[in-house]
Amino acid sequence: MSADVSLWPLIGVAVVIVGFVLRFNPVLVVAAAGIATGLAAKLPLDLILAKLGSGFVKTRNLPLTLLLPLPIIGLLERHGLRERAQAWIAGIRSATAGRLLVIYLFIRETAAAMGLTSLGGHAPMVRPLVAPMTEAAAEKTHGPVPQAVRDKWKAMAAATDNVGLFFGEDIFVAFGSIVLMQTFLAENGVVTDPLHIALWGIPTAVAAFVIHAARLIRLDRRLPQDIARARAEENQA
Amino acid sequence: MTTLLKLDQIFLLTGLALLIVAGLTYRDRSNPRRYSSGLFWALWAAIYLIGDLLPPAVVGVLVVMLALLGGLGGVSRGQHPTREPAERQADAAALGNKLFLPILTITLLTLAGSLTLKDVHLGDLLLVETKNVTLISVGLGALAGLAGALWMTRERPMQAVREARRLLETMGPAVILPQMLATLGLLFTDAGVGRAVAHLTTSNIPVDNAWFAVTAYALGMALFTMVMGNAFAAFPVMTAGIGIPILLGMHHGNAATMAAIGMFCGYCGTLMTPMAANFNIIPAALLELKDKNAVIRAQWPTALVLLGVNIVLLRFLMF
Repeated sequence: MSADVSLWPLIGVAVVIVGFVLRFNPVLVVAAAGIATGLAAKLPLDLILAKLGSGFVKTRNLPLTLLLPLPIIGLLERHGLRERAQAWIAGIRSATAGRLLVIYLFIRETAAAMGLTSLGGHAPMVRPLVAPMTEAAAEKTHGPVPQAVRDKWKAMAAATDNVGLFFGEDIFVAFGSIVLMQTFLAENGVVTDPLHIALWGIPTAVAAFVIHAARLIRLDRRLPQDIARARAEENQA
Repeated sequence: MTTLLKLDQIFLLTGLALLIVAGLTYRDRSNPRRYSSGLFWALWAAIYLIGDLLPPAVVGVLVVMLALLGGLGGVSRGQHPTREPAERQADAAALGNKLFLPILTITLLTLAGSLTLKDVHLGDLLLVETKNVTLISVGLGALAGLAGALWMTRERPMQAVREARRLLETMGPAVILPQMLATLGLLFTDAGVGRAVAHLTTSNIPVDNAWFAVTAYALGMALFTMVMGNAFAAFPVMTAGIGIPILLGMHHGNAATMAAIGMFCGYCGTLMTPMAANFNIIPAALLELKDKNAVIRAQWPTALVLLGVNIVLLRFLMF
């Protein structure tokens, strides 16, 4: 590694860290970090703007999986989707919030491992179905749940979707990241078999399931205490 | 060869819908900042409609305007008339599990489309743009699901746009964060942030010890991913810096094991960073959580324990 690597571009990283730690508005922090990075790399302002612009156009595909389901979800919510999801889960006697999320984790991770990464997601599954079902399962066994505990479980539902997706998709042999790894290694003279990369991912995928499921079950057991504590805090306030 | 269905058409549809959202917001008297909010949605619509026709620097100015409007409180939400809980309960009882069908339609058509529509030709015509089959399938699934939902609820299409606007206003300006962060990632790459981080993480490590070497690689992947918001950006840098010369070269490890577990160390980083906005920040907004870091708070313990497990797995499976 050469000694004359410029460390100035890291100023953008510093802006991001300081901005997020001090809880400034993230949209502003990111814009400021982009401009700071460009200036540190001694780019003229019009080139920085051009890079911002072309990057933003190039990444227009990113919000689509969030945006496209919104009209359907809004419409169905107006006609009782949440209520239906909650009534359905309330009718299953053995359902608890933790068990429900363990099942969702299992389905999400195995589906992703078979290449079915679009089965799930925050907009089409978590907001309209998984999160309301989790809330309903908690209320069924423990009565009314305070907002703070409700939010904690909703966040856990989103986290469960992420964990299932991430650690499932990478053991599907045709997934993009495996191609990326194999190509990069090949360019550097290291020969690997994509199938081996996929298979060596399995121990971590299993560990991810075990760790996250154990946390969900533990959170399930602690639910009565969590509710009591949140109620006490609400009463104090 | 001509192509029938292209991603550009979905961009056009998204842009038109956002333009209607902008118009509705502009006219929404219950919104305390209806002009600046309307402008925000109109600018975003413009990027979808004509983003690739404008000079990049002009788009850059629009992006800065979006950031200023979104970041300085220019975007607010109006009152959205909702139906009574009793009405929703009644609909839920009447429609029953049929309510789930439109959502299943998006999911199943996306799956079916991405598995079957690749390289389908109608004579000389390519049916779906090859590199965007999945996203176009999401679009087709969403259109079919929407048709079903409209038919089932007997609503007009305009109501669907109103509902989408309600959800967009719930999320607020955070919806542009994934694009902003991905753009920042590209800028970081251009400016040489990768080289600088690799330089810092690869110098001064006692690499002749296998535990140290493995830990440096795993933590480097996680930290670099947290900075860039993307494990794919971290992999080439860390693998060229530590992986190939030290783990493979000095310690003669198995390359496939290193790659598989190394990438997963990056994913542990993704779970812990606000830079991965579409996974961590957007869902907090979508679920209307008070704390915008609530999802990261929920998943960091899983990520840290798993990172530890990965270091042990690397140490014993690789050599």
